[in-house]
Amino acid sequence: MPELILWIAALLLASTSAGLLLSRDWRWSLGLLAVQYFAAFLLIFSYWPITLSTTFLVAGWMAAAALGMTHLNLKNEPATETSWPQGRLFRIFAASLVVLAVSAVSTNLEDIFPNASAPVVWGALVLISLGFLHLGMTLQPLQVILGLFTTLSGFEVFFSIIENSILVAGLLAVVTLGLGLVGSYLLILEHAEKPV
Amino acid sequence: MSAPLIWIAAPIIFAILLLFLPRERWITALGTVFSAFLAWLAFWLPPDSTQRVASLSFHIDSTFSLLGRQISLTASDQVLLILVFGIAAFWSLGTLAIGGARRIIPVGLVVIALLVASLAVEPFLYAGLLIEMAVLLSVPMLAEPGQKPGRGLIRFLIYQTLAMPFILFAGFLLSGVDAGPADLALIGQAALMLGLGFAFLFSVFPLYTWVPLLAEESMPYAVGFIMLVFPTFSLVFGLSFIDRYSWLRDSTDLLPVLRWVGLLMMVSAGLWAAFQHHVGRIFAYAAVAETGLSLLALSLPNQQVGLQILFFLLVPRALAYGVWMVAVSILKTQAPDLKFSSLRGMARQFPVTAAGLVLCNLALAGAPLFASFPVRQALWEKLAAESLPVALWFGLASLGLWVSSMRTLAVLTMAPAHTPWASKETWEQRLLIGIGLIGLVVFGLFPQWAQAFLANLPSMFEHLGK
Repeated sequence: MPELILWIAALLLASTSAGLLLSRDWRWSLGLLAVQYFAAFLLIFSYWPITLSTTFLVAGWMAAAALGMTHLNLKNEPATETSWPQGRLFRIFAASLVVLAVSAVSTNLEDIFPNASAPVVWGALVLISLGFLHLGMTLQPLQVILGLFTTLSGFEVFFSIIENSILVAGLLAVVTLGLGLVGSYLLILEHAEKPV
Repeated sequence: MSAPLIWIAAPIIFAILLLFLPRERWITALGTVFSAFLAWLAFWLPPDSTQRVASLSFHIDSTFSLLGRQISLTASDQVLLILVFGIAAFWSLGTLAIGGARRIIPVGLVVIALLVASLAVEPFLYAGLLIEMAVLLSVPMLAEPGQKPGRGLIRFLIYQTLAMPFILFAGFLLSGVDAGPADLALIGQAALMLGLGFAFLFSVFPLYTWVPLLAEESMPYAVGFIMLVFPTFSLVFGLSFIDRYSWLRDSTDLLPVLRWVGLLMMVSAGLWAAFQHHVGRIFAYAAVAETGLSLLALSLPNQQVGLQILFFLLVPRALAYGVWMVAVSILKTQAPDLKFSSLRGMARQFPVTAAGLVLCNLALAGAPLFASFPVRQALWEKLAAESLPVALWFGLASLGLWVSSMRTLAVLTMAPAHTPWASKETWEQRLLIGIGLIGLVVFGLFPQWAQAFLANLPSMFEHLGK
């Protein structure tokens, strides 16, 4: 795949994962997640055959769809984040710092991934780092699941460079779907009426 | 028939069938009988062996192929299979006394089947993915229906999920190292990843914050089950890594790291347990201390002895956790919460439950006559021979657990004067707690009975077991 497309995909990953960090509307969040899976799929596709990389994309989209369907059926709108820090400015600042740090260290990973192209390594590291940042800022079920999806997608991009087993792709897809279902279950619980 | 189909696929199918049963008692009965049957089958007909009954011949193959990979349970896994399904039967039976069978038994069976699969899959590092599936499945067991998911559950999900990619990544990086010449830089990076992954998986200090939170929020019996099976299988998974890679096995840094991490977990958890006002949180810290204890056992220079101690701790731990959690569950149905302020004087009305709670706490603190005592004593001796300060810290951690049990005893017996004694437990509750306590004492008095059975467990590791 041309390097330009890989760089576009990597930049898309940075924008979507930063967008997930900032977005508080579940529709935007799930839309960004779907785009993020597509961009990560482009990176994975440069190492895995189309059948394997499509598994990753379909599993991610199905998980996002499961979360969306659950949200559609919820009566109450989710509560806003109550823990510190809530400010968007702070999140933008933190995300920028993380992306800067990743840009600085991504070139040092050549000994681990000698065959990997720069945008793939950069994109994967951005996903992992922003996913961690996301997880560190929230305990709301949907946000946590989105953070876990972001982090795991980053690792899956790395796995695609060093391993191309069908069983791994299958099991990772099962984990992604399982995480989507667990997220849906937690969302239902969060909005359930407490029994009298 | 192959072993993975019997001990992995069959429990999953049976668990799904259990969900359709209309009455909880049937789920308890069938779940217990089925788990006990699988334990007995592992004893009678281990993988790769043949048994003849009259003119019939029974044979179980060890290997099953799935998507080009092999899932294999060999004869060396026999003792572990007996132990795991025996524990499953014991925990299933516990729901007879406290209810919740529909929530615990089917999910518990699938979790155990996935964790057994994690031991059987080749290459073994795929185990991380199967452990992650078990983590995801245990969320419905831990989440309280009708209540918002608590911080403990969310942190459990985050921390246990993050373990998987780190371990898998390290495994992929190391896949060429055992065959080719050692690349020191690569090994260093992989070791860092592996360390991070296992730090999340074992919930080492300070990553165990979710354990007390979860014990406060969720059904105690489910928390006890999770705190028993996940650390046990994680330890076996970790041992597989040590067994597999000679650079890790021979590393001079491994034993000190295990020792200090284990000691930190034990001491911090033991001391914090002494200051808790919630019996669920006390259990959580005791469980964290138990994981630390296991890591300390692995840190002994004589790996054979360390493995023996590690596996000898499993049975007393399973018994103590089970009885402790049955007792806590009974109290939870009788009190608004599990804080000391709500449990004051309850020993007068629930004496068997109170005895179960306090004695199990003491058993895990290493009190004489109980099952953990001979093993902990042996470990303490070995540690003292290695380093006196480490042995002193070990003693301090145990003291913390002793103090927590004494405080619990004081609170439970702090009834107003002239409160009459009664036993409001059901006969099932009295029977289960009684059997569990007798088991703890019997294993403490006659530890040699378990020796013949458990001595072969280390043989499941190719290098460590020799």
